[in-house]
Amino acid sequence: MATYQLNVNGERREVTVDPSTPLLWVLREDLKMTGTKFGCGISACGACTVHVGGVATRSCVVPISHVGDRPIVTIEAMAADPVGRAVQNAWVEEDVVQCGYCQSGQIMAAVALLKHTPRPTEQNIEESMGGNLCRCGTYPRIRAAIKTAATQLTKGGA
Amino acid sequence: MPGIRAGLLVSIVVVAGAWMGSAGADTTTTAQGLAAWEQVYSVLTHPRCINCHTATNYPQQGDDRRRHVANVVRGPEGKGVPGLNCAGCHQETNADSTGVPGGHNWHLAPLSMRWQDTNDRALSSAEVCRAVTDRSKNHNLDGPGLLKHHEEEALVKWAWDPGRRPDGSTRTLPPLTHEQFVAATRRWVEADTPCPTR
Amino acid sequence: MVAPAIDRRGFLRVSFAAASGLLISLYLHPDALGQEAPMPQQQAKVYPPDAFVNIRPDGKIVIQVNRLEFGQGVQTALPMVLADEMDADWANVIGELAPAADVYKDPLFGIQIVGGSGSIAHSFTQYRELGAKTRAMLIAAAADRWNTTPDKCRTEASVVHGPNGKSATYAELAADAARKPVPAKVNLKSATEFKLVGKRVKRLDSRPKCNGSLKFGLDLDLPGMKVAVVAHPPVFGGRVKRIVDDEARRVEGVRDIFEIPLAKGTGVAVVADKFWPAKQARSRLKIDWDLTGVEQPDSSELWTRYRQLGNTAGLVAVNRGAANAFDKIAAGDRIVAEYEFPFLAHTPMEPLNTTVRFDGDRGEAWAGSQFQTVDQIAVAEVLGLKPQQVTFHTEMAGGGFGRRAVTDSHIQREAAVIAKRMRGTPVKLIWTREDDVQGGYYRPMHYHRVEVGIGPDGLPAAWRHVVVGQSLLMGTPFESFAVKNGIDETAIEGTSDTHYNIPNMHLSVHHPKVNVPVLWWRSVGHTHNAFVMETLIDELATRARMDPIAYRRKLLKPDAKKLLQPLDLLDKATSGWRNKLPRGHALGVSCHESFGTGVACAVDVSIDNKRPRIHRATIAVDCGIAVNPLSVESQFQAGIGFGLTQLVPKGAITLKNGMVEQRNFDSYAPPYIIDTPMTVDVHIVPSSEAPTGCGEPPVPVISPAVVNALARLTGKRYRTLPLLNV
Repeated sequence: MATYQLNVNGERREVTVDPSTPLLWVLREDLKMTGTKFGCGISACGACTVHVGGVATRSCVVPISHVGDRPIVTIEAMAADPVGRAVQNAWVEEDVVQCGYCQSGQIMAAVALLKHTPRPTEQNIEESMGGNLCRCGTYPRIRAAIKTAATQLTKGGA
Repeated sequence: MPGIRAGLLVSIVVVAGAWMGSAGADTTTTAQGLAAWEQVYSVLTHPRCINCHTATNYPQQGDDRRRHVANVVRGPEGKGVPGLNCAGCHQETNADSTGVPGGHNWHLAPLSMRWQDTNDRALSSAEVCRAVTDRSKNHNLDGPGLLKHHEEEALVKWAWDPGRRPDGSTRTLPPLTHEQFVAATRRWVEADTPCPTR
Repeated sequence: MVAPAIDRRGFLRVSFAAASGLLISLYLHPDALGQEAPMPQQQAKVYPPDAFVNIRPDGKIVIQVNRLEFGQGVQTALPMVLADEMDADWANVIGELAPAADVYKDPLFGIQIVGGSGSIAHSFTQYRELGAKTRAMLIAAAADRWNTTPDKCRTEASVVHGPNGKSATYAELAADAARKPVPAKVNLKSATEFKLVGKRVKRLDSRPKCNGSLKFGLDLDLPGMKVAVVAHPPVFGGRVKRIVDDEARRVEGVRDIFEIPLAKGTGVAVVADKFWPAKQARSRLKIDWDLTGVEQPDSSELWTRYRQLGNTAGLVAVNRGAANAFDKIAAGDRIVAEYEFPFLAHTPMEPLNTTVRFDGDRGEAWAGSQFQTVDQIAVAEVLGLKPQQVTFHTEMAGGGFGRRAVTDSHIQREAAVIAKRMRGTPVKLIWTREDDVQGGYYRPMHYHRVEVGIGPDGLPAAWRHVVVGQSLLMGTPFESFAVKNGIDETAIEGTSDTHYNIPNMHLSVHHPKVNVPVLWWRSVGHTHNAFVMETLIDELATRARMDPIAYRRKLLKPDAKKLLQPLDLLDKATSGWRNKLPRGHALGVSCHESFGTGVACAVDVSIDNKRPRIHRATIAVDCGIAVNPLSVESQFQAGIGFGLTQLVPKGAITLKNGMVEQRNFDSYAPPYIIDTPMTVDVHIVPSSEAPTGCGEPPVPVISPAVVNALARLTGKRYRTLPLLNV
């Protein structure tokens, strides 16, 4: 067991856990933040995507001992983020979700994309979203929603 | 006078020795250099190295060199793309509890340093040697530069400390130790980095 | 175990034999005990509105949905139906997933279930009546209050309006309305009066699913809860011989480790404070397994066996026309086609999980279950309780596709066994993705051998077809629902009931017994039968040099309305692109009816990096009234993405020496965004007929359509799935 000081969504949080525990399970079980999902545990599906140090990160494979003081941002913080909010609004506007289980991860990946590439091409979208699995198959509406969010953001600013 | 004649003789021998050294001295003939290169090549084409020296827009993984999971792609700088960054999963060090390898600045080698073809088959020894020694492709590294790269670069050294797979087993190591690899590189560099012709 | 009679006219008597041999029976109605069940139409089932509608004082209207919501949109659609007839203010409607209870059973199936694409089809009228009855009771209460008559009142957006400008909100009237008698009969709206039904209505659950606040079963957190994982035998049915757990017990947070019975064989449960220690501990267990007497299936051996079986006639399912129809057909006019379909795993995104707490005289369970009635009985049985003593909560589920409706309730039983031992403590059982991929309950592997004799008109004059595949329902309590004379209809649906006019047809089936648990996988038998039919029909169209849509039109029976109309609509909807494809692109067409819904599909496909690249898909569908056209559109856009699981190169479960070779999404990889169409346009045939389902119908059409396009590009026939070399 070891104690870690974490920066989660701008707040200082402290946890005492086995150093090998993936960030995903620290978030879900120690911090009770279940918005970030467990899908596979081997970084193949993206349901666990968070941002660590500004980089879209698959939290199921990052042991808590590897995080350090880098800021962690989760789906729970997206409503308060201009890009996050635009993406969520586009998701709702375009009626993207079905079961919804993968969508936290999809949104975190999409936000990372749009923060870096405000006007993504079809290829940009396919590449950045290319590793996020959706068993329901909502991909066509995800594509549309990213374009809608991009338009909203570049049109209206924040 | 005997002293001056001795000194002259020594000078001639030293000069002769130096001349022979620059053309390939007894310890590093071209043949020996080529043999050393084959040893280097055996490491470069081992999965721990070649998996990131692809000719495609994706890395490989595993000893079977399959396409990397989750459709990760090269991206403009070999570091992935915003939603799928190499560093997003590959941290500064290996994550043994989750089976993901890590090292500083994890990224793909540039396409100029591809060591396989677009069908994921390893290139020949001659082709790889040419690529590695082409200063227009290899970040302008000369012989000593290549040696230093093999000796000190974090991602190169990672190949000998590649961490555990998700099932707990250790990843296989290249056919030489790092020391042997560096020594072979040194011999090859001393031979003026000869490449096989075919 | 005695397989009970399942009444074919809709009432269900289900019997389950527990491990102890105790028979627990469930009856739809206490009245039906021991009696011949009457036709559903003759005896109205009783659905008290107050079990479905709760009008809160703040004006919110909470509607109980008698279904699992696992993506199909029923948590929005059924409340829409009820709210429309009720004239409720949609902005204040909330849909909740009902717990297990008699009153929430599917009116046709007689159990609480999501399956067979029946949610709206079976509950449309039910929910309409509930809404209309509630409205009638509210009006009755208002009429009383104002000393007037119901015919002088009207309703709109949760308000009753009476004569002389009087009005009252539903919230104000709710208490009085609840005391009114429930009307036996009500008038339902005409289609022109619908305000919600038939309109594109956005889902109610979008925002919470986009901000991480919606809780799925896996997210449940209860005071004192423990987490359990189970080590399953490497071969189905294996048993624990010896456990060495000293290393596992040293993991901090581990509470207990013990052997448990499984549906087949035994396993080892690890209970810990949290998931990670449970998983770590399990990986440190050393277990010796006893495999004596356990069949060890092997895919290549199975293929050999299936091919042999496929070369002989099996149990005859269809035998019409002339027995010697082939005699007249020359060898050059015959096609012999052999098809191979592997096992498929469902892999819903949310790893399977169930939480159970046992308190001695009662129990509580939480699960995203498609089979609440069956699962509640199973949990009760394990805990030694009556079903009524177990409160069974329906959790929002991260996908299902059939995986959450299992006749042996194996996951619920595992959780209950562990909870029973940890009495008083809620235990959340989690199956990791590896457990899921390797845990069985697959779409069975199938082999088809088809011989087609082509007539002078290019249409099939003779058709001889053998299907080989495990039966889904033999040996389960649902056997008599689909198995007749040894033939499981679910293995041949899509062929046996084809709407193509094939006058001389012989269809037979073999059901080998294999030690691999199998299950219905979204659209069930249609997954492989539609592939065979639609690729063969397309091949015939190509040979006849006919347009694939025209050929199908010609071959379909005139009464195949639900296919002919979508084909017409598809024709129109693709007229702008299907004959103008760029070089390197090809058109692929298919059509198929399943679960009462007819679908036609056209795709634009090229080959990109040795994989099919689907640029566009156009879908035309006849599903009767489209209750929520937006939802129908979503189901088809996304459902075809699910269907492509059959084509992606790692879309196969294989076994070697009894063990599943795949382990997670690295080795069993479903479709990612790049594998699915870049854009999908959906066109709905206007209809006023009763609604039919859209959950499964998208799946069968997409794989044959894509493969038909590939055949045009490469000239190859693709009869072995998944597609490895394009």
